[in-house]
Amino acid sequence: MGDKVTEKEERKSGPFLIAFSAVFLGLLAGGILMAAIGENPFEAYMYMFKGSLMNMERIGNSLATSMTLLFTGLAFAFAYKTGLFNIGCSGQMLAGGLTATIVAHYVFLPRPIYFIVLILSAIAGGSVWAAIPGYLKAKFNVHEVVSSIMMNWIAYWSIYYFIPAYLKGPSLETESSSIAVAQSLRSSFLTKIFSGSEYVNSSIFIAIIVIILVQYCLKKTTLGYELKAVGANKSCAEYAGINVNRSVILSMTISGGLAGLAGLAYYTGYSLNMQIGVMPSQGFDGIAVALLGASTPVGVLLASIFFGILQSGKGFMNAMTTVPPEIADTIISVIIYFTATSVLFQKLWNGWFHKMHEKQEVKNEAAAGMAAQEAE
Amino acid sequence: MWTLLTQIFPYVIAYTIPMLITSLGGLYSERSGVTNLGLEGLMLSGYFATAFFIKLTENYMGHNTCIMFGLVAGMICGMIFASLHAFASITLKADQVISGTAINMLAAAITVYAARMITGSGNIPILMGIVRNDIPILSRIPVLGPLLFARSYWSTWLALAIWGFSFWLLYKTSFGLRLLACGEHPSAVESAGVNVHAMRYFGVLMSGALSGLGGGIMLVTYSGEFNGSVAGLGFLAIAALIFGQWKPLGILGATFFFGFFTTLANVSQVIPALGAIPTVLFKVFPYVVTLIALVFSSRHMSAPAANGIPY
Repeated sequence: MGDKVTEKEERKSGPFLIAFSAVFLGLLAGGILMAAIGENPFEAYMYMFKGSLMNMERIGNSLATSMTLLFTGLAFAFAYKTGLFNIGCSGQMLAGGLTATIVAHYVFLPRPIYFIVLILSAIAGGSVWAAIPGYLKAKFNVHEVVSSIMMNWIAYWSIYYFIPAYLKGPSLETESSSIAVAQSLRSSFLTKIFSGSEYVNSSIFIAIIVIILVQYCLKKTTLGYELKAVGANKSCAEYAGINVNRSVILSMTISGGLAGLAGLAYYTGYSLNMQIGVMPSQGFDGIAVALLGASTPVGVLLASIFFGILQSGKGFMNAMTTVPPEIADTIISVIIYFTATSVLFQKLWNGWFHKMHEKQEVKNEAAAGMAAQEAE
Repeated sequence: MWTLLTQIFPYVIAYTIPMLITSLGGLYSERSGVTNLGLEGLMLSGYFATAFFIKLTENYMGHNTCIMFGLVAGMICGMIFASLHAFASITLKADQVISGTAINMLAAAITVYAARMITGSGNIPILMGIVRNDIPILSRIPVLGPLLFARSYWSTWLALAIWGFSFWLLYKTSFGLRLLACGEHPSAVESAGVNVHAMRYFGVLMSGALSGLGGGIMLVTYSGEFNGSVAGLGFLAIAALIFGQWKPLGILGATFFFGFFTTLANVSQVIPALGAIPTVLFKVFPYVVTLIALVFSSRHMSAPAANGIPY
């Protein structure tokens, strides 16, 4: 009889279930806000998804939007694995974007070499901007959240004055002159595939390589193991002979390099120029992307595509209904709030699983009793 | 030099006050043990609610009454957003940095969303802010008079009164001392029979009310319209909180220092003596100084010991 009634393990809520719950509540909150202004939420959401996925061109645009979020998400996730909270992705993205924009304006080299220089310049800009908070954390125990917020605003104001002074556009004081398309990441090959999508660019290829590299680094290398060990337990890692200070600086530097690539993808691929007086929100959205994706490269990829769809469909939705485009940011911020409070779902789901499990056990016992009676 | 000072001083004060009151809000929250990175968002929510309320009522109410109620609306709105942060970080023991970041993003998105529904453009202009007045007798005092009491807003005195009251509340009453103790050693406070969660809720809600007031004051003094962003003033308030070492007098000095340099940056182009210095240096100065201060104070940092640790 015992072989008939198999004991099932009680289920626990995993990262996927929590992410799903947060997304569901985010979309629900968005729907309530849409209904509050007298719009039909289902219709509005339909337009939003149509706007980002209706045809190949729009899919290409959504992918281009996703790539920036993917890089900031990876940047945040990488530092988060080492126990660091890199809230400075925006500033690092600005720094990397600026160095890449300068290279795109002034450096002319044969093709493959040019792209390597361009990519390296963006990584360098972002890395330097993140290495400073990393160094301050390792050397002086200055909290990285505060110092990277300061670095964000230093980047913001530096660019506010640097661009009008050295890279001023022909018409507007508030943006840099556009870089030549040939010097950008845009590719006619991709544009053809995505039937005329203007924004889709080679950052997709860079992204694929980077995801594989990050995954490999975290899973298979000593460096990745050390960084994760520091994140899991600092004193334990130190006791095991890992140089914690070095790990902190390295982790921030790599994270900054990834954020710099976000600047590359956005300023030399998506938009072709830099505007002043804008703190790129992608840096903060990256936090949501990383948390939703449970800080794993594949999770980050999925989350960034989802957020890219929200962000790039909002324009079409705004054109077809009266819902303001800020609804996308509202949904994203509700999602990040609910990932922060994931304890709530964990309890809720685990409680529910527990109940189901108990019910199942009661049933099993009853079945066993019945079987025993029959046997008699 | 003297005329320059008397000319820019009213602007320095106008710029300092919203930052001071927001920073004071942060002080309540962090001294009670809850890190609050959401000051920017809380400020923005107050900025919006004040503008919205004044827009609705400015044609039906007296000028100053309308502004006063508008500021109260800003405080209430700030408290609503702060209660989200309090619930997440106190009751659910969530990551306070993430929750604070979520508050910033949520406030930025939802206020502009609402503003677009109201005016179409996302900006909410108000007809008239607070009128600057010379304080009758005090403004005649030599030296200090023209600097502090000439052309001042009544909101400035309100903010300073709240600052003074907070000083008294936190350091001279048993309630305040318990609040401070919650940020240092919560389990000791709990064993003395004080409800740590309730105290922390008070701290965070207070930060919402004061940041909301800060945003509101910004609107009715120098801004004059809601435009969807407080331009990093909330983050500057956090910097001032750290630079001022989590002490009321410290943050008064720090916010004034930041206000002074930001004003200098804004006017440096029209003042010959300062024109030679690139404006960007004034703008990044507060942030660089905070970084340096963090480096130097890290050894004997007086941050609340239990700040950021859920209880």
